[in-house]
Amino acid sequence: MPEYEPVLLANLGKEGIETLEGYEAHGGYRTLRRVLKEHSPAEVAAMVRASGLRGRGGAGFLTGLKWSFLPENHPGPRYLCVNADESEPGTFSNRVLMEGDPHQVIEGTILSCYATRSSTAYIYLRYEYPLSFRRLQAAIDECYAAGLLGKNILGHDFSLDMYIHRGAAAYVCGEETGLIESLEGKRAWPRIKPPFPAVEGLFRKPTVVNNVETLACVKHILDRGVDWFRSIGVPPKPNDPRDPGSLGPKLYCVSGHVNRPGCYEGPLGLPCREVIERFGGGVWKNRKAKAAVPGGLSTGLLAAEELDTPLDFDGPVRAGCLGLGTAGVIVFDETYSMIDFLHNSCRFFAHESCGQCTPCREGTHWALSMVERIKAGRGRLKDLDLLLEIADSIGITPGTTICGLADGAAWPIKTAIGKFRAEFEDFIRRTNPQGYMATEPVPALVENAAQAPASGPRSSKGKSESFAANS
Amino acid sequence: MPTALIDGRELQFGEDERLNGIEAARRLGIEIPHYCWHPGLSVVGSCRMCLVEVGMRDPKTGQITMLPRLAPACNTPVRDGVVLVTDSEKVQRARAMVEEDLLLRHPIDCPICDKAGECRLQDYHFQYGQDQRRADIRPFTSRRRDVGDEITLFVDRCIMCSRCVRFCREISGTSELLVVHRGTHEEIDVLPQFPLKNKLSGNVVDLCPVGALCDKDFLYRQRVWYLKSHPGVCTGCAMGCSTWIDENQDRVWRIRPRENHLVNRWWICNDGRYDYPHVHSDQRLLCPRQRVGGRWIDRDWSGLVPELDERFRRAGRVGVVLSPFLTVEEAYLLATYARRVDPEAAVILGHLPVVGQDERFPGGFTIAAEKCPNRRGVEAIVARWMGRAAAWDVFLNELPSLGIRGLWVTGGYKRPWIEASVAERLAGLELLVVQDLFASPLSERADYVLPAAAFPERDGSYVNRHDHLQSVRWAIRPPRGVRPEGSVFWELLGRPGLYDAQKTLSDVAAEIGYFHVAAGPIPEVGVNLKVNLLA
Repeated sequence: MPEYEPVLLANLGKEGIETLEGYEAHGGYRTLRRVLKEHSPAEVAAMVRASGLRGRGGAGFLTGLKWSFLPENHPGPRYLCVNADESEPGTFSNRVLMEGDPHQVIEGTILSCYATRSSTAYIYLRYEYPLSFRRLQAAIDECYAAGLLGKNILGHDFSLDMYIHRGAAAYVCGEETGLIESLEGKRAWPRIKPPFPAVEGLFRKPTVVNNVETLACVKHILDRGVDWFRSIGVPPKPNDPRDPGSLGPKLYCVSGHVNRPGCYEGPLGLPCREVIERFGGGVWKNRKAKAAVPGGLSTGLLAAEELDTPLDFDGPVRAGCLGLGTAGVIVFDETYSMIDFLHNSCRFFAHESCGQCTPCREGTHWALSMVERIKAGRGRLKDLDLLLEIADSIGITPGTTICGLADGAAWPIKTAIGKFRAEFEDFIRRTNPQGYMATEPVPALVENAAQAPASGPRSSKGKSESFAANS
Repeated sequence: MPTALIDGRELQFGEDERLNGIEAARRLGIEIPHYCWHPGLSVVGSCRMCLVEVGMRDPKTGQITMLPRLAPACNTPVRDGVVLVTDSEKVQRARAMVEEDLLLRHPIDCPICDKAGECRLQDYHFQYGQDQRRADIRPFTSRRRDVGDEITLFVDRCIMCSRCVRFCREISGTSELLVVHRGTHEEIDVLPQFPLKNKLSGNVVDLCPVGALCDKDFLYRQRVWYLKSHPGVCTGCAMGCSTWIDENQDRVWRIRPRENHLVNRWWICNDGRYDYPHVHSDQRLLCPRQRVGGRWIDRDWSGLVPELDERFRRAGRVGVVLSPFLTVEEAYLLATYARRVDPEAAVILGHLPVVGQDERFPGGFTIAAEKCPNRRGVEAIVARWMGRAAAWDVFLNELPSLGIRGLWVTGGYKRPWIEASVAERLAGLELLVVQDLFASPLSERADYVLPAAAFPERDGSYVNRHDHLQSVRWAIRPPRGVRPEGSVFWELLGRPGLYDAQKTLSDVAAEIGYFHVAAGPIPEVGVNLKVNLLA
């Protein structure tokens, strides 16, 4: 494979790159100027479609196909939402892009708005990225001043307004309809689909939601051409007409027990082991990898013997994970306990569940309380089967929940228990020698009140602490 | 015609009909369990209880392709060729899991929860749930939270279906109820400055599938399996919302709205919902009384009706005042009687209570300012004999010149309706009979006071302000000593046997053109008298 030249991270570290002047000095906005002069929106959309670009936010949906769902004859307005909520554990590629090269993100966004004929772009930025906010907002202000945003951009019949909306720390706002609800000022409960956002999205108008990295890729597709883009990554399988391949560059985030955690760029399809060794500098402290998360916590775990899995949109699925996700690789060394991993994962998803639909709201909390009970030394072997059944009901059986947060909660449970069952069973036997074989449910009525641990999730009587002062 | 295939059975439906999975399955008698869906509210698909398998049937080959995902039936539009499977193992497992999830943190409150007996969580648990409890979360009972004047919330019983929140947002337009916190800690709450305070608030109790939102008026008062439900019509205003009157042993304990897509859809206002305490008030007139020489004596009904008849005939020139609380049949019988006694008897529409203005809510629900149920019906009866709508106020002014010697005034008013100064104007009559629920300045001046029936004790029909006629039967027997107007007037006319409202309505339909559509049996949702003019 020829040596890969980074393009997304190419500008990082260059002097003044976050300013308009610096960005343009390194060739910035040339692509925008040329495209607005030479191509119609439909042509741009066709190029993105032809490139085979797949969303970088986690789902890997063909971007050109998503754009094609926008209705042709809608009077408008249309919206493009930039999903900068980046809350997937192990992922910080958007942050690196926004802090290190904000104008690249903006240029990609403007080009995408041109292609989708959107009149307003909203960057939904998670609140915990204040530097990204300052840099992006400054960059947007510069663009308005220079006629790159606002009415009649660069003298063309194309107007675009761009706003940043800051979130308030909820993972579910990264879900596209959760993001849309939050932008509308409402509680971020994702909507049922259909209707899809392309038809009825923000303020019930046609809306496209794209990830920051995806939009940055759009800029490079239009800069260097469709053929260039398709020359990178994993081409489609020749005997499968429905396989779109895994094309283009990808930002790999490496974190956890490695020597050089950070964000690195490479073609799609690098084996996980290569990402860990070449980019991450190998497992730290001369230890060995026990497991690795391939693409953000939601995707689950790769066991040590599965680390040759290529990180493209198919590889992790074949290895029993949810998918490529965000290619946020988290590495665990051999001293790390999988029970701790599962506890951390369940705690995260129970905390972030929006609470709208029954299986996720109750299932994530149930899984968490079970894992906590196991950790506290009161686990039973049959708990593992029950945890797998809970995971099945919230994500493995498709369609049981409204959004994919529950899927994300299910796969870590499934892969951790599936691939490390021996470790779990051993832990349970060791910590609960008296009771690990029990199979009957705990009796509902407690004989002796003193025996009962602190009752249920809430105190049984008494006034509630509610917003309403009286009770 | 478009055809869907549900559990192997075909369902045909209209081209223009827009059905979802739940509605379509219902037509085949299949009930898909659900919590959060309601036909009157927006669809959220959040409870996940109605998950079914969905597929399409190729119209040419007949081959069925099922989708790999389960889909919520409430959000699945049923079009031509849609295939639904509601009873496969996959669906059953999903349902059982949802039910188990809901019961994880649900307090074990059934013995003290109002909703027991009409609770969906209970019903679905028995039908679709797991028989063993696998969770080890200890049971507890629910906290209670005051959210408004009429409604109390048992916080932990809530299953987060969000029906109440959507109702306040979409139907009453007041948005008081909201969801606070996130995930498993979510609760329903109100902001301190904005408690649940709107005239449709009682509906959230009907909507709540479990016993979280409870009606303070009904709390702990009756077990629902002791209640018998009778279809009724609200007599609070001219909208005529359909109701269920829930009674036990002739005592009304609760009024709920009855679904009627032609009148009130699924809702009722608080004025109508809580409009029954007067029925059992200890201030009610409970036996006929006669004023003899300045003293009141109690009478009983035996022989009283013929006595009244004789005295009316002796009076010669008579009049009857038909209250807008009378049913069509009762008004007709009394008017017929009056004209038989005196071919020129005055037939007058009684006092119309009006309070304020109409109140309209964003969801389309309206509370009328006219606070009586049957103005249209009684007015039509009046017009049939008088040629015009002869009104109470005008009548009072004309009274001195009419030479009337005997007057029968019907009431049924729930609140004070006449002042002493006005009642005084009727004091000089030779014979004044007042038939009402409560004593009033007018009944003080009457010669005979007859106790009226309250609305759950009447048989008959009401016509609302949109000319919609609904017929009801009595729900409770009146207190001893009270004889419903229909029975009294039936005897006055000398008709044999018991008062037959249906027969009377047929007579009315034959005699008065306005009612002619009401000739046959009246459906439960009623019939619009102007239906033939609506096209």
